[in-house]
Amino acid sequence: MSNVAGAPGTAEKSDGAAAKRGSEALHYARRNPKLLIGLGIVLGLLLLGIIAPFFVDHDPNEYIGPQGQAPDGEYWMGTTSFGQDIWAQFVYGLRATFLIGIFGGGVAFVIGTAVGFVAGYKGGIIDEILNMLTNVVLVLPALVVLIVVTAYLEVRGLFVQGVFIGLTSWPWAARAVRSQALSLANRDYVDLARLSGRRTWKIITSEIAPNMSSYLVMSFILLFGGAILIAAGLDFIGLGPSNGVSLGLMLESAVGWGALQRGMWWWFIPPGLGITVIVASLYILNVGLDEVFNPKLREL
Amino acid sequence: MWRYIGRKLFVYLLTFVIAVTINWMIPRFMPGDPVRSMLNRASISDPEALERMTTYYETVFGLDTPLYQQYFNFWAGLFRGELGVSSMLYPQPVLDIILRSLPYTLALLLPAILLSWIVGNRFGAFAARNKVLDNTVLPVGYILTATPYMWLALLLAWSMGIVLGWFPASGGYSFSLIPEFSWLFISDLISHWFLPFMSLFIVALGGWAIGMRNMIIYELEADYSNYLQALGAPRRLIRRYAFRNAMLPQITGLAVQLGTVIAGALLTEIVFNYPGLGTLILSALNNRDFFVLQGVFLFVVVGVLIANFIIDIIYVLIDPRTRVQMTGGGA
Repeated sequence: MSNVAGAPGTAEKSDGAAAKRGSEALHYARRNPKLLIGLGIVLGLLLLGIIAPFFVDHDPNEYIGPQGQAPDGEYWMGTTSFGQDIWAQFVYGLRATFLIGIFGGGVAFVIGTAVGFVAGYKGGIIDEILNMLTNVVLVLPALVVLIVVTAYLEVRGLFVQGVFIGLTSWPWAARAVRSQALSLANRDYVDLARLSGRRTWKIITSEIAPNMSSYLVMSFILLFGGAILIAAGLDFIGLGPSNGVSLGLMLESAVGWGALQRGMWWWFIPPGLGITVIVASLYILNVGLDEVFNPKLREL
Repeated sequence: MWRYIGRKLFVYLLTFVIAVTINWMIPRFMPGDPVRSMLNRASISDPEALERMTTYYETVFGLDTPLYQQYFNFWAGLFRGELGVSSMLYPQPVLDIILRSLPYTLALLLPAILLSWIVGNRFGAFAARNKVLDNTVLPVGYILTATPYMWLALLLAWSMGIVLGWFPASGGYSFSLIPEFSWLFISDLISHWFLPFMSLFIVALGGWAIGMRNMIIYELEADYSNYLQALGAPRRLIRRYAFRNAMLPQITGLAVQLGTVIAGALLTEIVFNYPGLGTLILSALNNRDFFVLQGVFLFVVVGVLIANFIIDIIYVLIDPRTRVQMTGGGA
């Protein structure tokens, strides 16, 4: 263990090592079909959600077309029973879905990793308390808590929804990060950093976190997908953003206005399919990442 | 062992206290006047009845007493089994309304959870280290776990309920029938139950299959598997050992996934207009009936806690290591 953290010369060396590891990961990443397919689909839908709304020249909730029109050349995904353009709603909904994933997943990630790192690194009584807190939030059924909390809000926005989702969905990430941090916290180089008198926060961010970066990325992706699913559920119950557009809200109005009974399949298939494809691609992307970063899984 | 169970019980008790506190806090600290917004939606034309309801809800919230007093009153009411009176079905007590819906939700949830867990585990164990199966089960599993519960419910309701007409797509039983203990009514009940159950079952299946597959691969790499293999033990035997070891994390997973499956059941019920807690939540939301909403919340939390505790006990019973470790730690 000659690699003394913070000693002169080590920064450059670890940079070189990191670059080497990075290129090795890239080598496997380029040959991993799961990763490529997952990433390709997610990025494709993301681009669609970013770009396509600019080519829609009307409000997605505006009544512009014929009522209950099946898909055709003019309305690619048909219209609702009010004459709203489903394609417009779909692309705006994609955008909202990615946003809620980033907000909700991001908040959950920040809380989860912070709790996990502190609990795993500090140990002792702090660990006990944080662990207790994690267990309590883990047991509480997230969606049901969210229903009760958001029911009282008069006006609901995407941002508020994301924050609430983040506040309820972090525990498993905290647990995962904690167990990893726990195993890293007693390594020699961490001990050295501690002996050299570095601050706890500095040790966590510069010694522990970089050594589990792949793990953190994968946790974020899972939280991202989870947030999308929870948001879809909330929207479907009618607790989505007021006056907003999202894939979950599309499902809600399709069910609420009898798309099923009228056989308007083009109203409820695209939003659900959109959510499923995004989340499934994220999961498959994650498996690919796991195989890239975890040499044990590569032989398969 | 008792220390372990005691710790768990403490966490559950704490969770219960926090859930009740959330329930108590939200109407009081959220912006807006819950009593007024609740009664605005209740659409009561008779001013005298409205007056009566307003005074009732204001005394229930007890807004004129100090905060800590309100908090203790809330707990006292809870222990007397009072969850308030519904505003959408005034003057029925919330408890009665919930108890009427609860059997439907349980009838969906329990078989769906248990069967999906058992079948999913079998599938996953079967697929592990089997090239062809692995390449089909794995993607299908991921797609299923990524499917929003209500969307699969919609697809099933539309395809098998409306287009093919095999099963009724809405309600808990036909309106032409009176609930009674007869073959006709029970078969009707089952045919209404089938589609919501299937949709819950299928979505939950994927996650278990993936989890089991990953665990089996992990176990097959463990030392004991390699040792058995070196001894020339038959493949089936090694797999059986791996399966039994892989079960343990899956049981823990059952506890963790419970909240998600319950949420899925609530969403599925809404699609099928199935008369359980999910539909109740929806109508409570539409009518701004906060008492019903909070009552359901409390019921779900208590249900999750009880289920978690049962799972903990099962875990201790089937994993001898936890028992040894615990008594060893105590001695």
